[in-house]
Amino acid sequence: MTRRGNLLAIVIVALITAFLVGLPLLRTGSISSVVSFLVPSLATMAIFAIVCIGLNVQWGYTGIFNFGVVGFFMVGAYTAAIVTKSPADGQFATYIGGLGDALAAVPLPGAGAWLPFLVAIIAAAALSAALALPLAWPIVRLREDYLAIALIGAAEVLRRIATEERWLVNGSRGLGGIPRPLAGWVNADAYNYVFLLIVVVLLLLVYVLVDRGIRSPWGRVLRAIREDEDATAAAGKDVVAFKLQGFVLGAAIMGAAGALFAFQQGAVSPETFTHFFGTFIFWAMLIAGGSGNMVGTIVGVYVIWGLWSTTLQLQGFDLPAFVEGRIPHLRDTLVGVIIVVVLLVNPRGLVPERARVSRWLDRRVAAMRRSEAAGD
Amino acid sequence: MAQAVEKSVVEREVALARQRTTRWSQTLGPWVPWLLIGGFAAWSAVARTDQFVVGVIVGSLYGLAAVGLTLIYGIARVSHFAHGDVMMFAAYLAFFALTGAVVGSQTGDVVFPFHLGQLPGATEPIWRFSFGYGLVLAILIGATLAVPVLLAIDRFVYQPLLRRGSSTAILAVASLGVAISMRGVMLLIWGPTGRRYVGGIRTTVDIPGLPRIVADQFFIMLAAGVLATAAYVVLYRTRLGTAMRAMADNADLARASGIDIAATRRWTWVVGGGLTAAAGCLLALQSQLSPELGFILLLPIFASAILGGIGSPHGAFLGGLIVGVVGEVAVGLGVISPGYKMAVIFVMLIAVILLRPRGLLGAQS
Repeated sequence: MTRRGNLLAIVIVALITAFLVGLPLLRTGSISSVVSFLVPSLATMAIFAIVCIGLNVQWGYTGIFNFGVVGFFMVGAYTAAIVTKSPADGQFATYIGGLGDALAAVPLPGAGAWLPFLVAIIAAAALSAALALPLAWPIVRLREDYLAIALIGAAEVLRRIATEERWLVNGSRGLGGIPRPLAGWVNADAYNYVFLLIVVVLLLLVYVLVDRGIRSPWGRVLRAIREDEDATAAAGKDVVAFKLQGFVLGAAIMGAAGALFAFQQGAVSPETFTHFFGTFIFWAMLIAGGSGNMVGTIVGVYVIWGLWSTTLQLQGFDLPAFVEGRIPHLRDTLVGVIIVVVLLVNPRGLVPERARVSRWLDRRVAAMRRSEAAGD
Repeated sequence: MAQAVEKSVVEREVALARQRTTRWSQTLGPWVPWLLIGGFAAWSAVARTDQFVVGVIVGSLYGLAAVGLTLIYGIARVSHFAHGDVMMFAAYLAFFALTGAVVGSQTGDVVFPFHLGQLPGATEPIWRFSFGYGLVLAILIGATLAVPVLLAIDRFVYQPLLRRGSSTAILAVASLGVAISMRGVMLLIWGPTGRRYVGGIRTTVDIPGLPRIVADQFFIMLAAGVLATAAYVVLYRTRLGTAMRAMADNADLARASGIDIAATRRWTWVVGGGLTAAAGCLLALQSQLSPELGFILLLPIFASAILGGIGSPHGAFLGGLIVGVVGEVAVGLGVISPGYKMAVIFVMLIAVILLRPRGLLGAQS
């Protein structure tokens, strides 16, 4: 069963890879253009994978279904923008912050290239967490669907604030000209590779940290809460506190990913952060890949975003106008259909979570098996 | 040992004595929310009549959809996050029945033949409405056609999940998937731009002493009133309604008393879904049709259902009226931008969840 499941995952990943490489190759016929298409695409995937790891901490490990991901993602992106940009000129753009110049002036070696961005990522995560805590704290002890609707509401309110308040983040015009980390150190041609490297390193960092956390006793409590809240409470664990910790950690990770997204795009505006683009698509990635599983999450991001960019590639081919105009909408529909179909057919996703209590127990069981075998 | 027993007896007596002496706050306590609501309604009806009227119209539509939501939650056990998209989808079905239009390949629409707009005199305005009898028929058709869609979704998505013993959380995520799919289908067929049933200027009606009211809003009020009455009769005056409310209240007891669970579940989708769909069509007449509106509608509708008390249909309708009026009046004060209507509703939702999570008319335990 699991072997067949693994095979399916491998086949789908291979298919997506074939599409991702094959379609641009067919269209342009040159390897270098394929690479130049794939590199930014992989960077986007790495950023989305970080968001999905955050969502996975919330849903896959704590059981909180956050339908307002876009709120935290957006707050992270806007925070990064106002931390790294120069102060507002007040004429074409008004926004608070603009700490980029001040941070670049800090007497550290090459501060301008890295310090504002480091501060921005930390600030994005911190602000996101600071929003998540008061929102979840009173509601998390009530019903889960109340928290879900409150999070949808909060995300919508944050989108409205970003649109309405010109003094805060320049209103509906959004913020452009966001600087890019380490941009002064490398030439422009190679920058995409450097950025990919940065986000992949950060993805690995988040991956390792969360993975360690989940395998720790702390993570075991989270998974226990997801499986049976009452039993965990009966075992003497403060369920509300653990749920809050999981939720806030997830929100902080989403905020940090939002900061990276802002650096990659170079501009943020309220239109970028729709419920679809900021929430739905991440849910499809998480459900498709297999929630409660770090590898599955990344596979899900690869598959869904791969499908997404592949359909974009299809627009370059000579298709009937009736089909071509509808490709983006077909893609949107697919995101919803995938969630429903995966839940119905294989709710554990492409890469199911392994039933595992702890590494210590694994070792004990293995040792016992060995000694049994030796005894025979 | 004996001392400990005596002490506990004394403590119990003291506690009982405390319970007997009722304080004024205890007597008045249950009435405080009602006094606040009544006071606010009276004040806004007099001082902010314009916004009050619009609030009642929009609110009654929120209320009808919230009745559907609360029934579906109570009986079908689905936290239905596709509810807003169901409303929009029904509105688009009505739009299609009326105009036969789907979005074309480049610009402009492709219009199918055989639509209601072709019937003789169907678009001829009735009274001072902007529409003719064609739209009334179209709304009926849209609301009716949405019901089999919902029944199919329940049959092929929610029921299999429930049979497998999935948690409410899984069902909520599945309903999010349904919502995204429906939004996608609307985008595929009718495109992303907002639409209206009828273009042009809306005629207003002047009644001395009342604010100017758009003529169409009288129709919406009338239709909402008819639907609310019908819902009341079905839910509170028929055997089916009693069965539905019994199931919403306590599914196990209802099963034990011989209620046909499967049939009641189907009827819930028919009644609750039909109400929701009709409310969606009317809301689209009040504002507009757009695939993006569906998801945002979840906020006022859930707020209405939670404010009224989940599982209580008349509470949900009342909740809708309150949410509608407060939302309109708050942005009508001119202190905050109209863009913040959803923010006001969000604050109300949070306040209800914090102060009275069982709602106004929900079971208080």
